[in-house]
Amino acid sequence: MTTFHELDPVDAKISARDVSVFYGDKQALDRVSIDIATEYVTAFIGPSGCGKSTFLRTLNRMNDTIASARVEGEIRLDGEDIYRSGMDVVQLRARVGMVFQKPNPFPKSIYENVAYGPRIHGLAGNKADLDAIVERSLRRAGLWDEVKDRLADSGTALSGGQQQRLCIARAIAVDPEVILMDEPCSALDPIATARIEELIGELKGRYAIVIVTHSMQQAARVSQRTAFFHLGTMVEYGKTSDIFTNPREERTKDYITGRYG
Amino acid sequence: MSPVIPLLLVLALGVVGWLVARARARTFRRSDPARRPHSLPGYHAWFVALCAGLPAGLFALVWSGASQGLVMASVLADPAARDLPAFGITRDAILAEARALATGQAEAAFHPLARALVPAFEHALRLYGGVGVTATLVLGFAGGAWAFLRLRPEFTARTQVERIVMGLLLGASLVAILTTFGIVASLLFETFRFFEFVSPLRFLFGTHWAPDPMAAVGPATGEAYGALPLFWGTLYIGAVIAMLVAIPLGLMSAIYLTQYASPALRRWVKPMLEILAGVPTVVYGYFAALTVAPAIRDAAKAIGIASASSESALAAGLVMGIMIIPFVSSMADDSIAAVPQAMRDGSLAMGATRYETIRRVLVPAALPGIVAGVMLAVSRAIGETMIVVMAAGATARLTANPFESMTTVTFQIVAMLTGEGSFDHPATLSAFALGMVLFLVTLALNFIALRVVKRFREAYD
Ligand SMILES: Nc1ncnc2c1ncn2[C@@H]1O[C@H](COP(=O)(O)OP(=O)(O)OP(=O)(O)O)[C@@H](O)[C@H]1O
Ligand SMILES: [Mg+2]
Repeated sequence: MTTFHELDPVDAKISARDVSVFYGDKQALDRVSIDIATEYVTAFIGPSGCGKSTFLRTLNRMNDTIASARVEGEIRLDGEDIYRSGMDVVQLRARVGMVFQKPNPFPKSIYENVAYGPRIHGLAGNKADLDAIVERSLRRAGLWDEVKDRLADSGTALSGGQQQRLCIARAIAVDPEVILMDEPCSALDPIATARIEELIGELKGRYAIVIVTHSMQQAARVSQRTAFFHLGTMVEYGKTSDIFTNPREERTKDYITGRYG
Repeated sequence: MSPVIPLLLVLALGVVGWLVARARARTFRRSDPARRPHSLPGYHAWFVALCAGLPAGLFALVWSGASQGLVMASVLADPAARDLPAFGITRDAILAEARALATGQAEAAFHPLARALVPAFEHALRLYGGVGVTATLVLGFAGGAWAFLRLRPEFTARTQVERIVMGLLLGASLVAILTTFGIVASLLFETFRFFEFVSPLRFLFGTHWAPDPMAAVGPATGEAYGALPLFWGTLYIGAVIAMLVAIPLGLMSAIYLTQYASPALRRWVKPMLEILAGVPTVVYGYFAALTVAPAIRDAAKAIGIASASSESALAAGLVMGIMIIPFVSSMADDSIAAVPQAMRDGSLAMGATRYETIRRVLVPAALPGIVAGVMLAVSRAIGETMIVVMAAGATARLTANPFESMTTVTFQIVAMLTGEGSFDHPATLSAFALGMVLFLVTLALNFIALRVVKRFREAYD
């Protein structure tokens, strides 16, 4: 089943058309079409195993790292087909950053974690530039005040919430256009979660943000657009307020009201 | 005193005990069908068999060793032994011959004195053999009877057998450990004897190595025992040349196998690489001596290095490096594979290429494991004997020229022990001192490596 809903006339940063994903013979995603805009935070919700992560990973081609995964359909970033042959995947991932469910800082210093992307992409001409990028990224991620005196400490020595903000700082250090977040708060306590949600609010508008979440409240709090996935299809996509107060589909309603999932 | 006959007797006793005990245990169930015995008949049977067999068997083994000394003592107390030379090789030869005659292993005596000693030997052997067999049998019967009398329906045979089995397993694992201690003790003993001739300082730091097993021992003896050139040769071949080969190749193949190779290819290549570790080192030795060394010499001569010899440190080191590639690569492989997938994904999602991910994230994260692998490989390389015996040469030289022949600690151990020197000559004893140094160095390397690996494991668990 393909469902595609026209939204307000903003330019789509990412537009996906009829995206299907297979793991070997098993189909995990069936013809998903969606437009994602920089103006909004977009939330993906749906029961476990419905394909949210799978779809998210098609957007920066992280599925390429899974040998059995195969993607069909078309995904355009600023109108450019990211699955066309000759596409520079490395460049794509610099433009479409990702934050994972479990914080995964590198076993390096806090400074080196944030400097990692700028270094490999050659964004800083000299040490002063790099210092500035690191500081700006940490500030945007709301971590600067907590770590400014211990930049040389290992990133893995931070608390879970701090680690996740470090990963966000790491992702925004290369100045991406899109940030994909796969359940970024699922390993965090309510206070750290609130901190990340606040951060998403601050980053909104500067980057196109897509967040996968299992928490309905979180989706309602941080997002303006919500897509509901079920059994490998996208059932409904619309304004977050509409999805939560006035869903068009029966399945969405059942899920929102907690009847299954 | 051969332990074969007593051990067979013990075995028979055990079997009898097993059968009798099982028959007895079966009657428990019949006599009182209402109460279930604590253990199955098989456990009663094993309990009795083990009690009968174990102590008696152990005694038989110990006695077979201890009785040798007793036999010898009683033979030497015999009047016929008074004519024996005081010590040395002849005395031992006569005694061995008399013994062979007495046990029927030899027909004719080469030495007249040997024949005179035969009756004494026969008597002693008969006496102590008899004592041994009798004592073994008594012990076996006593153990079996004691166990048999304890059999009751409520007897906890199952628990007891479990305890005995645990003891056996413990004993088995102690054998390896005790053997290590035995090795150290014997090495230590001989090493101290060596240091009576040569001062440890001169041995460790002297630069002149030319032991002569035939030379008379005098105050100047120590001057020929400066082992520094050997240590240098060992480290130069095993820790420098071999590692220059093994570290890059091992690391690169580990990276290829973990990060680039398809699973199908990995399934083939990894075991093949590990087969390298199973090739007998003497085969590598041939390869080094017959193929690599001449090729290197010719190549060196061709580019004008006149000192190149047909035995060279380079040949031995290169081949040794190839030999230890699997040690480096399998440890590196394990520790790279142990870096969480999330690290890799995190780096790739930042837009890093695969190679950047490997170089900047995976290898640094796996470094402790890789270092540990290298240390194990070094300890393996410096203890390696066959390749250097066949390809490195015998000349003790303090040189950095890899085309010259060089000698190593292991080579000299072999040379000193297979030389003509008598067993208490410093030349022979030096082999033990060298062995001791080698043992301590490899022990330290392994110890550090294991500590590093353990810390590394904890970091990710
Ligand atoms: N690497 C993989 N190999 C094979 N099948 C996979 C793989 N990853 C995911 N799948 C399958 O694809 C389907 C969708 O998985 P996905 O991880 O996208 O779900 P999800 O919506 O993110 O679930 P959750 O909320 O639990 O994270 C599932 O049936 C899953 O078993
Ligand atoms: Mg998921």
